[in-house]
Amino acid sequence: MKNLIEVKDIKKNYGKKEAVKGISFNVQENEILGLLGPNGSGKTTTIGMLLGLLKPTSGQILINNLKLEDHRIKILEMINFISPYIELPKKLTVKQNLYVYSKLYKVQNIEERIEYLSDKLRIRELLDSITGELSSGQKNRVSLAKALINEPRVLLLDEPTASLDPEVGDFVRTFLEDYKKEKKISILLASHNMSEVTRLCKSVLMMKNGEIIDKGKPDDLIAKHGRSNLEEVFLKLSRSKGEFN
Amino acid sequence: MSLTRIYGLFLRHFYLITRSFPRILDLVYWPTIQITLWGFISNFFATHTTYYNNAVGVILTCAILYDFLFRTSIGFNMLFLEEIWSRNFTNLFIAPMRIGEILTSLVITALIRSLIGLVPAILLTSPLFGISILDLGIYLFFLFLSLYIFGITLGILVSSGLLRFGPSFENIAWSTMFLLAPFGCIYYPIETLPEIFQKIAYVLPLVYIFEEARNILINQTVNIENVYYAFIWNAFYFTLSIILFYYSFNAAKNKGTLINMGE
Repeated sequence: MKNLIEVKDIKKNYGKKEAVKGISFNVQENEILGLLGPNGSGKTTTIGMLLGLLKPTSGQILINNLKLEDHRIKILEMINFISPYIELPKKLTVKQNLYVYSKLYKVQNIEERIEYLSDKLRIRELLDSITGELSSGQKNRVSLAKALINEPRVLLLDEPTASLDPEVGDFVRTFLEDYKKEKKISILLASHNMSEVTRLCKSVLMMKNGEIIDKGKPDDLIAKHGRSNLEEVFLKLSRSKGEFN
Repeated sequence: MSLTRIYGLFLRHFYLITRSFPRILDLVYWPTIQITLWGFISNFFATHTTYYNNAVGVILTCAILYDFLFRTSIGFNMLFLEEIWSRNFTNLFIAPMRIGEILTSLVITALIRSLIGLVPAILLTSPLFGISILDLGIYLFFLFLSLYIFGITLGILVSSGLLRFGPSFENIAWSTMFLLAPFGCIYYPIETLPEIFQKIAYVLPLVYIFEEARNILINQTVNIENVYYAFIWNAFYFTLSIILFYYSFNAAKNKGTLINMGE
């Protein structure tokens, strides 16, 4: 399997503070990798560097074999991102937002793409609604449609189901599983929802204080740490002071 | 440069403006109020001073020119702030847009926003005060162009600050024009300023633009040097603003401002 994301020893310092301390990992085609860690562990900083919003202090990021620092635009054309902390313009209708982003990503056959995503994400009836007037669950599906508008090969998800009710959360997770299988995309998933991570991710990275303190398949990590689920592993690692590799 | 992406970002703001009647009203309302107010003040001074004799429209014309500058600059900043307020900033900067494309799109949108406000105001001056800004002739185009470039330059400088320092820089966005107005010699000749202020005024394009507008209207002559100097200083500040914007963008990538923008 081909690596779509390759992260090689990236570090990020803010002055004297080391936010990310030289981490390396790969995400293969058709793989969802979970990025776990307590608040302030460096997950958002890592995602920011992958999106080109943050410049690593050192190290290298390759997306589809292209160096991010040399091919920013080309890479951004094949990547997208969703987070509950960023929103689409609230005053525009859903369709206007999707149309604008289709233009920004130079999508061919815009109408066709919007139709496809509207059906898949069940937002057809929302297309003429004002984005700011939607419920959290509706906004989430619309943001997901925006994140998939350019048919990304790499999708970065930061808490994609935060604040969603169980039904909508389950819908989004099922959609992501199916979409990943169908399009063979790579997904990096940062989440605090351990059951979501266990369900979706082939393997996970545990981050703490800017370092990867453990990694592996969810079941292997559970067995390795002698716990009954991933949440207990998370708690053990995030409360610990030692090394776990 | 991709025209599709430039058009895409323009559309985002076009949709925003056309969806909201209060926004359109706001664009038209203030220039109209400004022009009406200065029209009456202008009439008063024209009949009570010798300086403005035979040139009833001088103050009003300068008010229109200044308003165009003000709208262009604030308009550009508004477009940028709009992305921060709507928490759409990150979406925009992770889209495959070059900085040049973002700036070009905002520059075009800011011009259209300014014209939406300005055209009705200009049309009002003729029936209300019997004055036409078109009296400035072909030089009107150069003066407007100069003001437009300087307005955009100020907008880019403030946006650079927003990129570098985050939303806390917002207050500066609103105060820039008020800070520069006294040095711009909009309604009075440069000799009115104290000598030290004159030195500052001479390194700004504004003074040349407004001096020339008055020169054309009062003396009915054209001093091409003023137009020339305005463009020279504009070229200098515009280049500086572009350099600063790129510098701020890179600094924001180092500092992490792009991620936290809007928080």
